[in-house]
Parts: sequence; structure tokens; C-alpha cells
Amino acid sequence: MKFDHVLALAKKDWRRIFREPAFLFLLILFPVMLTVAFGTSFGAMGGSQTTQFKIGVVALSGNSTSSNQFSHDLSASGAFVVSYYAENSTAQSALSQGQLQALVLLPAGFDQSVQSFRAHPNDPREWTNSTVSIYLDKGSALTAQVIPTMLVQVLDQEVLGAKTATQGTPLSLSSPSEVEVRGTSVFQSFAPGLFAFASIYMIMIVAQSYTSDRDTGVLGRIMVTPTTSGDIVMGSAVSYLIIALFQALLVFACVYALGYHPAAGTAGLAVGFLIITVFALCNIGFGLITAAVSRSAGAATGISFVFLMPQLFLGTFVGSALSPTAQEAGRFLPAYYVTDALTSLWTRGASVTSPEVVTDLAAVAVSSVVILAVGVLIFRRLAGGRTSLP
Amino acid sequence: MQREAAQGATAVSIDGLTMEYGALRAVDGLTLAIKEAEIFGLLGPNGSGKTTTINCLTGLLKPTGGKVRVLGFDPQLQGLEARKVMGVSPQETAVYPYLTGEENVRLFGELYSVPKKALGTRVDYVLEKVGLLDEAKQRVSKYSGGMKRRVSIAMALVTDPTVILLDEPTVGMDPQARRAVWDYIVELRDEGKTILLTTHYMEEADELCDEIGIIDHGRLIELGSPGDLKTKYQARDMEDVFIRLTGRRIREGA
Repeated sequence: MKFDHVLALAKKDWRRIFREPAFLFLLILFPVMLTVAFGTSFGAMGGSQTTQFKIGVVALSGNSTSSNQFSHDLSASGAFVVSYYAENSTAQSALSQGQLQALVLLPAGFDQSVQSFRAHPNDPREWTNSTVSIYLDKGSALTAQVIPTMLVQVLDQEVLGAKTATQGTPLSLSSPSEVEVRGTSVFQSFAPGLFAFASIYMIMIVAQSYTSDRDTGVLGRIMVTPTTSGDIVMGSAVSYLIIALFQALLVFACVYALGYHPAAGTAGLAVGFLIITVFALCNIGFGLITAAVSRSAGAATGISFVFLMPQLFLGTFVGSALSPTAQEAGRFLPAYYVTDALTSLWTRGASVTSPEVVTDLAAVAVSSVVILAVGVLIFRRLAGGRTSLP
Repeated sequence: MQREAAQGATAVSIDGLTMEYGALRAVDGLTLAIKEAEIFGLLGPNGSGKTTTINCLTGLLKPTGGKVRVLGFDPQLQGLEARKVMGVSPQETAVYPYLTGEENVRLFGELYSVPKKALGTRVDYVLEKVGLLDEAKQRVSKYSGGMKRRVSIAMALVTDPTVILLDEPTVGMDPQARRAVWDYIVELRDEGKTILLTTHYMEEADELCDEIGIIDHGRLIELGSPGDLKTKYQARDMEDVFIRLTGRRIREGA
């Protein structure tokens, strides 16, 4: 592989992206338009359309200092309108009738758990463990995505006074991630998913690019120069990785201007951008597979939706509105891990070394490299006869 | 792997080349020897195997049988070495429409690792030779068909290759442009380059070629200089020779 060949081919791709209106639109203008459209439609503008969740609290232990403090902290966060219920059945009824978006059951041992933690914060053997149960409105995508993590934040930091997100507590709740509890707009919960949403259209661009290069003979022509197929793929990788980073910065600027201010430091931001950029390799791979099975650039546009749509529905913010089964299916798609990582890093403020983020980064990196490799192999094998790619 | 020792003055050798696509035999035992500093014309009706032969020489296609060598290099086993000495202008006008003429030519210079200091001069030189220096900064999408063909030739020649393969190089060109390209091809031959070209223009073959091979159904049916062939067939011109050898039947749908 020769760096000057790679750079020459990457420059050629950049020129194409910035000179061909369809490419420029899909990769640069579309993400900006999409972000602005979502921002204005889902309550980012002016900060006046923040969402407050209606949440019910049932203290099975009866009125206690800790349960009262928990309810107070929920209200004080500004994110919840809290209703108190003496009976679980009454609260469940209110939830099923849509009067609540979520219901929290504080267990009988809640007070003891809190007290045991405060007395021995660093000695788990002394803790009284208990589980806080949550019931969510299935029809509200936002509650499933946001409320559990916000509750963890209130429980861990306000009620228990835990110092870090990684510190264990006797109270179990699904996610250990921190949440910056505040008034949350729909847009803020959707914002991390916009990055993958914008990036996956690269599949279509790569597929069109390779298909047209193959059909016009320029791909075959390049293959009779001292350029290797590795140079060609690496040229694409370099150009699209840089485009992906540029695209992510643009989307970030838009969401920031529209009110999404990530709860992350420099490291969190950097890792977030790294994940989005690496994800471009996956899109190049899917684009190559699409190009291999497409007989023309027009066909490539249509076939690219085979890879684009599942990622769009299951791997971006759209997925949170789907059924639990569909959401589980999203775990098989790289875009899911991009959105999950950005949600953890930027919305929940999770550490870059938290298991969730490390897992997401590993999933995106490994799947992207594998899909790119598969794309190269399939393109060489299936398109070899038409492109004469050696 | 070492380059095979050049035998005499042969630049391109094709020995028993066979290329099959399933049941179709596109090239059938073709044997040719093209000398150094020679313009060799490969003529034949549509579908006779000319482009397939060129694609075997470039290494794009792996022959079913026989062997080819370019300056002693096997394009399949010594692809990189073979490609370094070749300049290829394919049958399709394979150029990037969103790049300018200059950018297209420069890209191919970079892919051949032409030193940066020399590249600018070389790009200007070949563009001037094909009559496109004044339009070099325009995007190729704005070029006429003939201009695109000339850019394609410039892309093949920017690296100053020793062996030049031109597949129907002057299709779509006006007479002035065609004449300029002919002059350049002759100049290249006089510099010692070996040129293999295919063409459907018989006056082009007559004017340019030192040696002509006529193939049909993938087989070599005649070989000789234009003068010898015209004498042999008592023909007025090469078109007459061509029709006598290959018949009047149209090979592809009109």
C-alpha cells in the first residue's frame, strides 16, 4: 500500500463529494437540515418546550425519611411531576389509564438500605440490599429511554450521596449510568441518535460511487495502474472517515445551537466523535456490498436501503419508539451501539472508561472492521467479472 | 520474480492466447509478436476479441490458455511490474466527469508515482500534445466526446510509458483532433515507444501502423504491413483489405 496513492484517491473522492450536488446534499446538507428540522419540531428551540414526566411514587415501607427525601429530590430535579400513592393498585390503575408515565415502587427495606449505605458507604457487606421497581408506560418511547437513568441519578447522587457512578450501592436499578437530571426536551433525548441517522446515508453514496466508477470503466482503469485494491479501499476509507468527522462536527454544532449541551468533558466528546468516525468504516463496507450486487448506480440507490433502513429504524433515535423486541433486534446493528454510546457519554455523562461505553466502542470498532472486510471481499468476488478488480 | 530476458526486439508477445467466457471463446489461440518502437494495429470486426486481448495484456483478465508478456513481464504474475511500464487508454471513455481535465491527468500521474516536481510539467506537456491545455481547468463533464477521449489518452501517457495500449483512441474526434493525436502517436513511436492500438478507422490503421494484425472470431487471420496487405489483396486501401478478409455481414445489431 502506498500513501501517495491513497492520498491521491482520497482527494479525488473529496472533490466528488463537494462537486456532485447529490453527494453534497446527502452527506453535508441533509444532516444539517435534518437536525434543524428535528430541533424545531421536538422542542429544542428557545428551551420552552421541555418535558416533565408524570411519575407516581408508592412507598411500600410507608412514610420514611428516605422515601420522603427521594420524592422531594424527584420533584426538585424539575424533570418530574410527582404524585404520591398509598396503594400500589391505585397507582397501577393511574398508570394504565395514562395519568402517569412511570411508577416507582420503593420497597419495604428502602429506608434500611439507604441508612446502611450512609453508615458504611465503602463496605458492601454491611449493606441491606433492596430493589426499586419501575413500571413504565409502554406507549411512551421517551420514558423507556430516559426515566430509568434519571431515577438512578436521583437515587445514587441525591438520596444515597454516592460520589461516582461506578460506586456500588445497595439499591439495584437497571442502569448504573449517571444522568444529569434537569428539564429534558424530546430533542435532547433524540439528539445522540441523529449522528448515526445522518451517517448511514454514506452507504448509498459509497455504493453509487463504486457502481458508477465500475460502469464507466474508471475503476478497471485504475486497476491497470500500479495501484492495488488495498490502495483504493484505503483511499475511500480515508476520505469517508474525514467526511464522517466533518459531518459529525456539523451535526454537533447544530444540536448544540439547538440546546443539546452534552454532559461530557473533553474526553467524552473525543470518544464520542471517535465512535461516530469509526462507524464510517461500517458504512463503507455496506456500500461495497451494495455496489457488488448492484448492476447500476440507480439500482445501488434502491438496494442500499436494505442496509440503510434496519439501521435507521433500529439503530438511531427511531428505535426508542419501537417495541422491546425491535429494540432488542437493534443490538445486532452497529448503529445501535453508536447511538447507545453517545447517549451514555453525552446525555448521561458516563465516563469514557465505563463498561457500557467501552463495550459500545468495541462493538462499533469490531463490527465496522468486519463489515468493511466482508464488503471488500464480496465486492472483489461478485464484481470482479464486471470490474475486473484483481 | 525476474523479468524474462527480452528476446530480440519484441516488446509485447502473445503466444497461443485463449480466453473463454463459458461456452464463448473470445480469443482462440492468438499468437503475435510486437516489436519495440513499432505501431501495431489490431483490427477486427466488433466482438472479434480485440478488447479482450488488450485486457489480457493489462492483467485485467486472466487468460484461459496461452501466455502474454509485456517487456518480458507476465501481467498476471508480475502485475505491478507490467503495469508500471504500460499506459492504457481503454475503449470506454473512462474519465472522472467531476474532475477537470488537468485533475484527471494529474491523478493518474500520482497513481504512477510520478515525482511531484516533474508532474506539473508532464501534465501540461501531454495536455498540450492532445490539444487540451486551454481547456485543462474545465470539468470533464463539460467536454465533448472527442475531448473526453483526448483526456483519456493524456491520462495514459502522463507517465511516459514504454508500452502504450490504445483501444480505439480517436473515436468521436473531429479531423483536426484526430490528426493531432496521430502526430503524437507517431512522435511517441519515433521516441522508441511501442504502441498497440485497435481501431475501426481503416485510414487510421493505414496512416499510422507499421504492422497490422487482423483478427476474426478470436483468431489471427492476417498479418503484415499496410503496404504488403494492400499489395497481397490488390486492394485500394485497408478498408478493402478488411472487407475481403472479414466479409460484409454486420456482426452486431445495428
